Amino acid sequence: MAESTSAPGRDLPGRDAPALPTFAVRALAFARACFDGPVNGAITLGCLALLWWLVPPFWDWAVTRATWNGNANACREAGGACWAFIREKFWFSIFGLYPYEQRWRPATMMTILVIMVVASTQRRFWGRGLLVAWAVAAPAMLVLMGGGVFGLDPVQTRLWGGLTITGVIAVYGLALGYPLAILLALGRRSDLTLVRWFCTAVIECVRGVPLISLLFMAAIMLPLFLPEGVTLDRLARVLVAYTLFTAAYMAEVIRGGLQAMPRGQYEAADALGLSYWKKMRLVILPQALTITIPSQVNTFIGLFKDTTLVVVIGVFDFFTTLRAALGDPNWLGFATEAYVFAAGVYFLLCFAMSQYSQRLERSLRPGAR
Amino acid sequence: MSLSVLRGPARGYLIQAALLVALVATGMWLWSNAEANMAARGLRFGFGFLDRSAGIPIGESLIPYTPADTYRQALTVGLLNTLRVAIIGCILATVLGVVLGLARLSTNPMLRSLTGGYIEVIRNTPLVLQLVFWHAVMLQMPSVRQALNPLPGVFLSQRGLKIPALMADPALYAFLAALAAGAIGWWVLLRRERARQVETGERRPTILPGLAMLLGFPALSIAAGFVPRVEWPEMAGFNFEGGLALSPEFFALLVGLVVYTAAFVAEIVRSGIQSVHRGQWEAARALGLPGGRIMRLVILPQALRVIIPPMTSQYLNLTKNSSLAVVIGYPDLVSVANTSINQTGQAIEVITIFMTIYLAMSLVTSALMNWYNARVALMER
Repeated sequence: MAESTSAPGRDLPGRDAPALPTFAVRALAFARACFDGPVNGAITLGCLALLWWLVPPFWDWAVTRATWNGNANACREAGGACWAFIREKFWFSIFGLYPYEQRWRPATMMTILVIMVVASTQRRFWGRGLLVAWAVAAPAMLVLMGGGVFGLDPVQTRLWGGLTITGVIAVYGLALGYPLAILLALGRRSDLTLVRWFCTAVIECVRGVPLISLLFMAAIMLPLFLPEGVTLDRLARVLVAYTLFTAAYMAEVIRGGLQAMPRGQYEAADALGLSYWKKMRLVILPQALTITIPSQVNTFIGLFKDTTLVVVIGVFDFFTTLRAALGDPNWLGFATEAYVFAAGVYFLLCFAMSQYSQRLERSLRPGAR
Repeated sequence: MSLSVLRGPARGYLIQAALLVALVATGMWLWSNAEANMAARGLRFGFGFLDRSAGIPIGESLIPYTPADTYRQALTVGLLNTLRVAIIGCILATVLGVVLGLARLSTNPMLRSLTGGYIEVIRNTPLVLQLVFWHAVMLQMPSVRQALNPLPGVFLSQRGLKIPALMADPALYAFLAALAAGAIGWWVLLRRERARQVETGERRPTILPGLAMLLGFPALSIAAGFVPRVEWPEMAGFNFEGGLALSPEFFALLVGLVVYTAAFVAEIVRSGIQSVHRGQWEAARALGLPGGRIMRLVILPQALRVIIPPMTSQYLNLTKNSSLAVVIGYPDLVSVANTSINQTGQAIEVITIFMTIYLAMSLVTSALMNWYNARVALMER
């Protein structure tokens, strides 16, 4: 095989440019690495056998014999995946039981949410303006969903559902939990013994127990601790638990950033005579938060996946709504399709976030700027 | 009040005093609310209900249990079920995770990308979804009569997994004791030979005498008539008899937890091994060490330092994630506790109990792993 590499800086006369396009060269290199030696060859064949066992049947089910239009009977006749079922239930999985004629409200809310999230991923928007925008958008979105003012019909939170509520829990949990996380992280590194103990206890207690138990606690135990006559909406209780959970996990990530700051940064700020809060706000936190952004995104991916746990106290998030759709007597027996679709949606969202975090990690590395 | 009080060392004490007062006041307020609320529902705070009969039917239990037993007993059953799935899960997830982590570093690009695909798919989908999926897979298994029989004595059906069991009788204990004696003998031999090598520089093979002990002692026990008896599952009427049964819920939970956690373990192992500098590999090769020994003597001791701390949190995560059992109906601690709360209304007590248990498990696991980590970290110069 012709070698396509050449020594740098030396002209090799009489040799043609590689006739093969780059991807073919890569494919050849791939194939060569796959069959280099008997052991590697055997491993490759094993992998191919596994793929052969998994992929064609799946393809046959998901594409060849799939039904994209029609009803349940058409699906059962074709015998493959029933994507018509997903088409039928798609908007239900996004909006849940939200009143049909009011669906423009969660739709608008989701649009604002997507715009805000996309804007927040762009480094050139990072700054005070973005914080202000979130501070305006977050209550606005809640008002839009809940109604009761500005002539919007009130819609009870028990009717909220689907991907909308997954987004609400994840984003509001983060928005409320993040400031708390910063305080907890600072508190855990405080010189004041009592403050340090308190923050450590909160962080460790929350991280030491499963999220489910926090959700149970918020759903069952919290109402007992409120004054008589005061009730808290179920979604609000979920948010309390989820916010606490987010705060504890984010606090540990941020603490990592605080500990990674060289002592010189603290000492320099002290030498300038800055007060504790000014030192933190102007010198330490901006750096500590920035270097931990990739870990923050990774933690958030975990927290986002954990929104599915609200099923245990009967809140209809995206996955639970899809499972509820399985009970439709006209469409019985299409559980696999629902699971594959839900897995696909979660995968796309989480994979996008993790790719984003890896890109950030590269661009935030010192010297990469 | 002059603002000068808010500076200097007095400030710290002031803040702490304020925090203390706020905590105590909030605590008292919450407590008085709770007492009023419980009184309004005809409840009184106390753990007396633990001795009342629970009446909770629990499908599987490691200890004898009937619904007539007390809440204390029911919660113990739940705790043992949690521990069972957590301990077996941690072991299996470690094994699978290490294998996948090494596969991720293979020179074979096909294996590497397949493993990469597995890790990405598993890590980027919620565990609840995966558990529900595995449970659905278990429910779609063939009926008992058409049970899959991949290995002799292993049956997979809607009723779960059936595997051969060792019968718990004196012969088994004698056999296990002999096996343990062999293992300890090998370990003592290794230690003695290592000390000898440090002293004299001479290396003597330890594998053959070690193996002889490990296999010889049990062989002696068999020769002496202590033969462990295996109980094979057999079809009898509409179900299997004998052998060890794993319920579909337990099996689905175990598979889900292992498959999920292994993907994270694999990434930890991969990054741990990659964290060892290239020069270490090259130096070890330059010394003429064979591949296996490079890994065991040079790379692993250094990689473990990076691997152990995140592994601790994976074990803790697996234990905490086992509480998702409630979604597929495996009677773990949280699931039993939840039923107890619904029946008794003693929410504060029951939630306090299981939160304390989880915290204790977290602390014990952390302590064990920190101890191991300290041992591994000693290899640092």
